[in-house]
Amino acid sequence: MNPLTSSPDGDAAAPQPGEREQTPFESWDRPRSPWLLPGRCRTPRRRTLLLEMVTRGLFPTILVFSIYLLCAGHYGPGGGFSAGLVAGLAFVLRYLAGGSTDPGALVPIRPPVLMGLGLAIAVGTALAPVVAGEPVLSSTKLAVPLPGSGELEVVTSVFLDVGVYLLIVGVVLDLLRALGSGIERDMRAAGEEA
Amino acid sequence: MITPTINLLMALTVGGLYAVGFYLLLQRSLMRVLIGVVVLGHGTNLLLQLVGGPPARAPIVGSAPADTFADPLPQALALTAVVITFALTTFLLALSYRSFVLLGHDEVQDDLEDRRIARRGGPAAPLHQDAGPDGRTEDER
Amino acid sequence: MTALAALPVLLPILGAALAVVVSTSVLAQRILALTTLGSMVVVAAVLLVRADRSGPVVIALGGWAPPVGIALVADRLAALLLLVSTLVALAVLGYAISQRIADYGRRMASSTFYPTYLVLSAGVSLAYLSGDLFTLFVSFEIMLTASYVLLTRRTSVQTIRAGMTYVIVSLLSSLLFLTAVAMVYAATATVNLADLSERVDALPPGLRTVLALMFVVVFGIKAAMVPLHFWLPDSYPNAPAPVTALFAGLLTKVSFYAMVRTQTLLFPHDRPWTLMLWLAVATMLVGALGALAQNDLNRLLSFLLVSHIGFMLFGLAVFDARGLSGATLYAAHHITVLATLFLVGGLITRRTGTVALDRMGGLAATSPALAVLFAIPALTLAGLPPTAGFVAKLQLLQAGAGAGVGPTAVAAVVIAASFLTLFALTKVWVRAFWGRARPTVEDPDPHDELEVGTARTPWPMYAATAGLVAVSLAIAVFAGPLSAMTGRAGEDLIARVPYRVAVLGDADR
Repeated sequence: MNPLTSSPDGDAAAPQPGEREQTPFESWDRPRSPWLLPGRCRTPRRRTLLLEMVTRGLFPTILVFSIYLLCAGHYGPGGGFSAGLVAGLAFVLRYLAGGSTDPGALVPIRPPVLMGLGLAIAVGTALAPVVAGEPVLSSTKLAVPLPGSGELEVVTSVFLDVGVYLLIVGVVLDLLRALGSGIERDMRAAGEEA
Repeated sequence: MITPTINLLMALTVGGLYAVGFYLLLQRSLMRVLIGVVVLGHGTNLLLQLVGGPPARAPIVGSAPADTFADPLPQALALTAVVITFALTTFLLALSYRSFVLLGHDEVQDDLEDRRIARRGGPAAPLHQDAGPDGRTEDER
Repeated sequence: MTALAALPVLLPILGAALAVVVSTSVLAQRILALTTLGSMVVVAAVLLVRADRSGPVVIALGGWAPPVGIALVADRLAALLLLVSTLVALAVLGYAISQRIADYGRRMASSTFYPTYLVLSAGVSLAYLSGDLFTLFVSFEIMLTASYVLLTRRTSVQTIRAGMTYVIVSLLSSLLFLTAVAMVYAATATVNLADLSERVDALPPGLRTVLALMFVVVFGIKAAMVPLHFWLPDSYPNAPAPVTALFAGLLTKVSFYAMVRTQTLLFPHDRPWTLMLWLAVATMLVGALGALAQNDLNRLLSFLLVSHIGFMLFGLAVFDARGLSGATLYAAHHITVLATLFLVGGLITRRTGTVALDRMGGLAATSPALAVLFAIPALTLAGLPPTAGFVAKLQLLQAGAGAGVGPTAVAAVVIAASFLTLFALTKVWVRAFWGRARPTVEDPDPHDELEVGTARTPWPMYAATAGLVAVSLAIAVFAGPLSAMTGRAGEDLIARVPYRVAVLGDADR
């Protein structure tokens, strides 16, 4: 499927950059995926195009930065918690720009599963040293040999951070689902009744 | 014994936050109560941050000589406490929204026992209230 | 082997995480929850045996030695209460599962109950085991947050106010707790309890009193000590029976445990503690008299719960090994019996369709099993011989009588409060179990969470309640060895040295 021509739902309300796509120079920054340009925008007047465009650029950047924080956490400022919060903020930004487009729907896993998996990974990392006869929650350095370029040093506490990261992202997504789109849904229901 | 030292301005700020927080907690509107909890939480977290002593260098090994570091423990405690207060504020927010949806307003209602005692103050107060169809007595509804 | 002390905390968290992952299968959630709590009981029993035989089990998380690192400590007091608490949590879980099967069938009810229940158990375990003030704070937050969710899961117009009161009062006490922790840190530069017990001694007496009183207020709110009890009879009766039973059994006792731990370790007294004696008197009398005025079964039980917190406070106020031993035994008995009574209250409501005592009647004839299940814990709570309540109360009375004029006078109040308890429970018995049978009150809302006014009660609900009655009877049967052990726990608490040595590891302390 060609993402350039596919419209999210074929609705004419979306600004479709369809006609001039034969010039590659002008089409290089066109949307490759339909997100944040939802076809059915209930109230077009409420859209903030500027925020949407900025978000399109910022969202992946913030996610990459959160991964950096996750990996840097053992030696410098960062760690699973702040990385998770940064990633969560990316989703919040996307929610603010995209409005009622549910950010939960954009992640193929349901937020509670993400939280559960994160917590399970974290507890598993805490308990794993017991098998080796070490105290609970202790960490060690693993040297992973990389072909051609020495070895990569991995501190096992990074797995705990990964767990926390997933947990926090799940929490933020769940919050957006419950307090963001949930309340919007309630308001729409109330508005339709009135 | 370590003599606790604290910046006077900061002490006044903490005191002010506590005063405002407790004042708001005593209001009837749930929204004000919630803001009171938030303000009180800020006061507490600021206090927790302050007990580590005067400001100093960030306690990251290798970034500065160790004797110029600030005490990292209160910072860790404050971070944890901030997260907990934040989470509970969110929960309280959701709960007051729920209360708003259910009741149509966010006022804290009268206490059941208070109302019952007030009603019993009269000379002709009945000994037992009639219970309604749901098994709760009249004033519990 | 010391990793054992971390399991009562990590197991339920892992269980909760997995229960969230499998949230689409309610059967898997039930099995997970039962397995987790079952293994916690085993771990707690092993911990108790080890702590009693060879001293406190201490684990330094991450290998960081205290006072720098976080330590989990399972001494006799903590391990005993942990064992009783997990047993009660397991039984209440059995009751809850079977009630939910009966009310929902295979229909998916809600995927949040079991994870939240497990998180609450984790918080309770961590509170018993935590070796420093801040971990104690965190554990209370874990426990209370889970309790907020359980209490307000199905709020209605009637119950939302009570839920709000509970949440805001608990939040306020948590913030005060944090303030107290900050002040302790400012004064001593440590939060580790064992380390603190050495450093607090050097503080000026005025400062020590302020800190001690802050902890009394903080844990007093959470333990429902009069005059800080007002939130409890208002909020507890509004939750479903299993949730109320769990709260009544565990939450206030955890706070009482925290009060005992902080006061004995940080602010010891040589003589009976006059302030606490007065608070105990107020708690016992206000609770018992409040219970007499109630017509709602659950509110009556809630007031009795408050009243009997006073009995334990009395044990703490005497402040010697025997008083603390009595208080520990009383706490263990109280956890079991209050949870049982609230479960029986749930069964009664299910049978009669009402919580109002004046609309019940004749249950002894229509449901003899219920009558037996109510009578045994009621007699236990009132403290009639030969029940567990009698054994515990006798220890408290002996401790009081041997500690001077003030405690002896308060011991007389203990007896008076016991009679008031008996009177309140007799009222329940006469109204609900004797008299002519009354028609069942129709379920006002047949589609809500709780099915009431039905004779269709599955046997596991009775079995879970009976299991708790059996635990309570077992406390009476094994009163000899148990009180010997609580005696040793009381001596440890007064001596303070075993705890310090176990945590800090220095022989010369």
